[in-house]
Amino acid sequence: MSLIVRGVHIDDTFAEAFGMRATALIITADTSAWARQAALTMTGFATSVIGCGCEAGIDCELTEKQTPDGRPGVRVLLFAVSTAELQKQLQARVAQCVLTSPGSACYAGLEGEETLRLGNALRYFGDGWQISKRFGAKHVWRIPVMDGEFVCEATTGLTKKAVGGGNLLIIGSTTPTTRAAAEAAAAAIAKVPDVIAPFPGGIVRSGSKVGSKYKGVPASTNDAFCPTLRGAVDSSLDADVTCVLEIVIDGLTTEAVAAAMRAGIAAIVKLGPKRGATRVCAGNYGGKLGPHHYHLRDLLP
Amino acid sequence: MTPLTLTLRQRPDQRLDLSPLVPQGLAGKTAREIEQIDLQTTRRRVKVGDVFRLRMGDVDQIRIQDTCDRLDYIGREMSGGEILVEGNVGVQAGRLMAGGRLTVIGNAGPWAASGMKAGVFEIRGTVGDRLGGPLAGEIAGMRGGVVVVRGFAGERAGDRMRRGTIIIEGEAGPNAGSRMIAGTLIVRRRAGPLPGYLLKRGTIVLGDGCSALSPTFVDCGRYELVAMRWLAAMLEPYSKAAGALLRRPLSRFAGDMAVLGKGEIFVGNRN
Repeated sequence: MSLIVRGVHIDDTFAEAFGMRATALIITADTSAWARQAALTMTGFATSVIGCGCEAGIDCELTEKQTPDGRPGVRVLLFAVSTAELQKQLQARVAQCVLTSPGSACYAGLEGEETLRLGNALRYFGDGWQISKRFGAKHVWRIPVMDGEFVCEATTGLTKKAVGGGNLLIIGSTTPTTRAAAEAAAAAIAKVPDVIAPFPGGIVRSGSKVGSKYKGVPASTNDAFCPTLRGAVDSSLDADVTCVLEIVIDGLTTEAVAAAMRAGIAAIVKLGPKRGATRVCAGNYGGKLGPHHYHLRDLLP
Repeated sequence: MTPLTLTLRQRPDQRLDLSPLVPQGLAGKTAREIEQIDLQTTRRRVKVGDVFRLRMGDVDQIRIQDTCDRLDYIGREMSGGEILVEGNVGVQAGRLMAGGRLTVIGNAGPWAASGMKAGVFEIRGTVGDRLGGPLAGEIAGMRGGVVVVRGFAGERAGDRMRRGTIIIEGEAGPNAGSRMIAGTLIVRRRAGPLPGYLLKRGTIVLGDGCSALSPTFVDCGRYELVAMRWLAAMLEPYSKAAGALLRRPLSRFAGDMAVLGKGEIFVGNRN
């Protein structure tokens, strides 16, 4: 069963999402290009917790007035399934990708109920020449590096109320129109605060199902949504469908994920079925695995 | 709510200990009870009511008017609220302060902010020697909080500071930041001879340099460091002048190499 909004079929189903641990960072640099470069490097290979350890992406760009040191910056979000894994990923990625980036500095991007070690873990790179600087509740480490100093806040906040796995399945009759719809949705979601779409350009073409016929493979292709398997498997696709793209959304709060899905659906509907997608669906596991359910009918524009 | 106001009737015959007149000390007391508080430092008893006209109000906002330099220990160990002093104060104002805001619209004597732990202490006039410093026998001086002096400071400002920030918008006397263990001391204008004497760790910033820098500090070059920009943003709500100074290129000197040598002195203009 589906609803039709401006010619686009919206399935009466829901996206099923899971609780995650998350943190946020503010990365600054002398120019917005270098701040973005550091953020992109740090959030590379962070599309899925299944294979990358964490999911990460750029939340938004920040002006000089919005950053702690008055330089242009970027806010980055990281999500993982456990606090220990999030700490490990945060430390490794900041050490290898932000500390190394010319002119960069790194600050807490979230006030959380708990904290993760940031500069407190990286300060040892200073080999005894690191300098601690406190002001009020703020604490940074100054680590000498070859272009001056790497300034890094001691800790950053952790939230246990984050949500991972909000999703939209965007279904179309041609690849270009489906991609156009997915791009429009990803662009709309990028404007929503406190969320990321961690896959390339915010879009994933290899949606997965849990498990596999092969032993030890945790996830495998979502055959019900593969157009080329229509007829060979229990397909969820109509005869005119040739392409399905998915947007996966992680948010610091369940409200942020809902807002992002709403923005994505609105963008798809606005584009219409001729230039965009003919149908929007969502992935779930029958509602038994994830505590967060986002019903598409509740998110219509 | 209107503040609780204490107006000094006349200059007292003896030095007075005003340490009981802090918000947590007056909480729950009636006007009569406050007037009975002892302030004497000699054998001759002096009560609040003897030397002050009291107008009751919110004890979290205390205003002390027409003060003089015989009033010692104002704001001692205050942990919250606000004290505004209209006039000069004696020794050890804000000693061991642990929170709240203390403002002196006048001059303060020696050992102001001695051993301060937290809060904000503003002195609109000048301040005596050993701002934030320890008393004899104490290991560390100031341990937290922010002190802003709009005027000049005497000798050894920030002596043995462990943590916290001191901003002096005027000039500082000899040996500013002596024996500092950590923390930040900013002198917007010129400092006297030998700043950072036996500095272990910590940061001293001198806007207009000093009359003599110890040879045990080594020149590390001139920089516009990100950490200074961060600190400038933190300090600007307290002192725009200090924020502007930190955004300028600063020459860094590491030292004091006579001791641990992990401290630093930043100099704006090298006169």
